[in-house]
Amino acid sequence: MTETELLTWVRGPGFQIATIIFVLGIMLRLFEIIMLGRKANLAEAKGPEMSSGVRTIFTRTLPDASTFKRSTFTITTGYIFHIGLFVVIFLYAPHILLFKAVLGISWPALPSTVIDATAVITIITLVIVLVHRLKDPVKRFLSNFDDYLGWFVTILPLVTGYIAFHRVGMSAPALIAIHILSVELLMIVFPFTKLMHMFTLVLARWYNGAISGYRGVQS
Amino acid sequence: MNEADLPQFNIQIGNELTWNVKPILHEIRHGLRKLLETGESSIIDLRSIPLAPGEEETIIDTLGCGEVHAKLNALGPSEIYETRFAGVWLITHFNEESSIISRFIEITVFPDILKSQSDDMTFALDLLENELDDGAESDKTELHAETNT
Amino acid sequence: MTKDLSRKDKTLGEALRSQGISRRSFLKFCAATASMMALPPSMIPTIAHALEKARRPSVIWLSFQECTGCTESLTRAHTATIESLIFDSISLDYHHTLQAAAGHAAEAAREAAMEENDGQYLVVVDGSIPLGNPGYSTIAGISNYDMLIDTAKGAAAIITVGTCAAFGGIPHAKPNPTGAVSVSDIIKDKPIINVPGCPPIPVVITGVLTHFLTFGTIPDLDNLGRPKTFYGQSIHDRCYRRPFYDKGLFAETFDDEGARKGWCLYKLGCKGPTTYNACATTKWNGGVSFPIEAGHPCLGCSEPDFWDGGGFYKAISMPTENITKTAIYAAAAGAAAGIAIGATGRMKKAGARKAHQKVTIDDLEK
Repeated sequence: MTETELLTWVRGPGFQIATIIFVLGIMLRLFEIIMLGRKANLAEAKGPEMSSGVRTIFTRTLPDASTFKRSTFTITTGYIFHIGLFVVIFLYAPHILLFKAVLGISWPALPSTVIDATAVITIITLVIVLVHRLKDPVKRFLSNFDDYLGWFVTILPLVTGYIAFHRVGMSAPALIAIHILSVELLMIVFPFTKLMHMFTLVLARWYNGAISGYRGVQS
Repeated sequence: MNEADLPQFNIQIGNELTWNVKPILHEIRHGLRKLLETGESSIIDLRSIPLAPGEEETIIDTLGCGEVHAKLNALGPSEIYETRFAGVWLITHFNEESSIISRFIEITVFPDILKSQSDDMTFALDLLENELDDGAESDKTELHAETNT
Repeated sequence: MTKDLSRKDKTLGEALRSQGISRRSFLKFCAATASMMALPPSMIPTIAHALEKARRPSVIWLSFQECTGCTESLTRAHTATIESLIFDSISLDYHHTLQAAAGHAAEAAREAAMEENDGQYLVVVDGSIPLGNPGYSTIAGISNYDMLIDTAKGAAAIITVGTCAAFGGIPHAKPNPTGAVSVSDIIKDKPIINVPGCPPIPVVITGVLTHFLTFGTIPDLDNLGRPKTFYGQSIHDRCYRRPFYDKGLFAETFDDEGARKGWCLYKLGCKGPTTYNACATTKWNGGVSFPIEAGHPCLGCSEPDFWDGGGFYKAISMPTENITKTAIYAAAAGAAAGIAIGATGRMKKAGARKAHQKVTIDDLEK
């Protein structure tokens, strides 16, 4: 298979397969969770559920003071690489074109030099986070295959994307094909790993806010 | 539809585009210093550097025109002139259809292509000798003819 | 094409001198050649020396399943004097479009050239070779495949001109009805220099010939067999519109404000980032312009299978097929499956609750 054939395949059938598994998997798991339902709470409601739940989805974005003091390193590095991922994935012009092709909407992009720098910071932060996970005894004890797999499929598109952008090593069509392939790997693996937190966090935050609101306490 | 109605396209965007203009001028500066200090010439091939539309003109305008202007007629015309900076020569080669085929900036005392080549001079000497000998022959023949009559 | 033995025996330098070309003109020619071959100007004396002493190689040009665009590109070259000089510096012993001879006389000329210069002649091929049925493309009743195998036997090297000969080109595009393949798919035992492009830039074609004349060797080739001198950089890396790409300024349609200002054409499907060719530096028509400068995105014509590359006007980062439909169906299917599985779970739970029997004191006493 020539490089161009590989690139055309990953942009065509490859992406179709990855999209099917990605979307189907996410919807499946989300609806399974929703269908679990909740046990009926026989106590009297002391406050509103829904509004507290929805508000908590947004307020939990910022950590509270005591949590932050306890886990400063984890929270800070976490914010850095999550924001970095957001910038690199959603604010880079060629990626925005991809979203436009799928979703039909687009938005302004940042200069590619900014994206380049952000990618470097994100990659370095992810490596630091892994080193910490391996060195900290508690974290290492708690970590399993799912944690390491999630880390790997997240950093791989960043690294392959950086290499494709700077065209180091092989020729351009092969590098871009490998980058798209790594994204497709991420998409296929996503619904079966803890990466689902990207969507389940909405349910989790809502639930926490709802039960607190029901009990009339601040969440 | 007259010209004013046609959409005006402008692909001559600014002069800071590839940012190669200043570096080339600096390279000329270094070449000129080297020529003065060591007597070594250097050549810059203007076609080997990516330049946006308008940038080549900017460089040539900056270099300007000096005291010497020569025209070559060899496989199509060529224009050679010393720019307003002595020692910096602009050489443009055209083909027989007057399209540019190459352009060089030569930093030298005198461009090699203007010098007469020894092969050409050897050929010229043969040619001249032949013509002179033929001339002498025909003079002799005439004289002979005259004396014979 | 009558053989001119007297010209063949002379070196290039002698041949030019006998045409009345002065040494000064020859130096001008060498300067232009150095520029064309992207060699540093300091190499001009080396080129002059080498070309002067070069013997004129015999070249056999085979035209197979092609549109003749490559020959047209070469002969319409605006540096006509230079190209014609190079043509005069080779002995083009066989070329369908350009030769005067026809029929048996032409084939006889080819065979004679092959015999006389055995092991030393250059073969230039343009056009792909159909393997589906040899009868799809024949010359004098000889199939392209047979002619290629036969002519390649005594060749010093083969130069494939154009994407068709180098990678299969347009006949090779889906569904490839003639079973078209490239030269390198057939010939495995001779050095092959691929000079792709649809067509290739004329100075690139002559540049490769000149390299052979000057140095007598194959130029450095990349992983697809293309001379690195001309195909070593991608269009994207040499494009003058690159600053706009980096700043995020793109033309969205062919006549919008961005297009008029000369902004990057990535969103219009430009394949510059994945294409290796000399268009952005050497340009076309004697350095006048190239597709991107004229406002049209790069097609990627010097890459294999560019016709099937997902569409000329679809940006590289966009999927080639309709993903939205797939995503909607997958989402619906996922939701339905999730609800179904969840409902099944709940039914099981309800059933278990119903089937639950309360333990009474009588059961315990039993």
